[in-house]
Amino acid sequence: MEDKLIIGGKELTSRLFIGTGKFASNKIIPEVVKRSGAQVVTVALRRMDFDSKDENMLNHIPQDCILMTNTSGARNADEAVRIARIARAAGCGNWIKIEIVTDNKYLLPDNYETIKATEILAKEGFVVLPYMSPDLIVARNLRDAGAAAVMPLGAPIGTNKGLKTKEMIRILIDEIDLPIIVDAGLGRPSEAAEAMEMGAAAVLVNTAIATSDDPITMGEAFGLAVIAGRKAFLSGAPAVKDFAEASSPLTGFLRS
Amino acid sequence: MNIILNGKNTELEKPVTLLELLELKGIDHEKVIIEYNYDILMRDDWNKTVLKENDNVEVLRFVGGG
Repeated sequence: MEDKLIIGGKELTSRLFIGTGKFASNKIIPEVVKRSGAQVVTVALRRMDFDSKDENMLNHIPQDCILMTNTSGARNADEAVRIARIARAAGCGNWIKIEIVTDNKYLLPDNYETIKATEILAKEGFVVLPYMSPDLIVARNLRDAGAAAVMPLGAPIGTNKGLKTKEMIRILIDEIDLPIIVDAGLGRPSEAAEAMEMGAAAVLVNTAIATSDDPITMGEAFGLAVIAGRKAFLSGAPAVKDFAEASSPLTGFLRS
Repeated sequence: MNIILNGKNTELEKPVTLLELLELKGIDHEKVIIEYNYDILMRDDWNKTVLKENDNVEVLRFVGGG
């Protein structure tokens, strides 16, 4: 069966996107990428700390990955646009995850500023994937502003709570003719599979892999769950029923 | 001479180029990106750009992120 995910003109080999934050050792990232099958990998841009020996994250990301810089740290559209332009000028391609946050407790995205940044960057030729609070009208605005996909949160970043926004995401999948990528909050492979079974185009996972005891195996588990969930979605799950319906024939019983 | 380096006032004894500034700070310049007065400066221009009073320099690098 043909089942392609095409974003920004690229046919993707995996529906699992992974983030590179919070790994105890960045040296294992190439193996996490390999075993999870992930192709799209996110990074962040920060000021150099002159007092510590920093390593360059890009050294740990396999060459054949699609780099997606996030705009974390941005508090408004202008700051996000600045980060995106720097990332592109630095040779990191034109995929950008817009992440605009002003709330420090729940790290929920500012949808209004996100729409503004999406519009500016899409016009400049970026492949724009905005991280957003799931809301149908906002998603429509993002689509109209030129987003390449829409990335609603399942739960607040790093909480591992799973698909708390499930019904709102279901509405986006139903109504928005763009890939819907569940980003943030997924804590278990089963939750990634659940999102995929619903028809999400992909999921983005960082904390659940990076902070597990064995990130390489957890990455693989998420990769498998995403494949399983996608296959289930394409297979058309039968309806849920209130009453039992026997799986074995109801005739020919061996009774006296 | 005073410049703003990564958001902080920084005193320089004499005018230097951006490349010399990185060397002063012990930074491996292969790994960084420079924004000079809010414009991204290409690598080839780093040794041609002499810092002036009140210049704003951001030395940036990629880190892990989700």
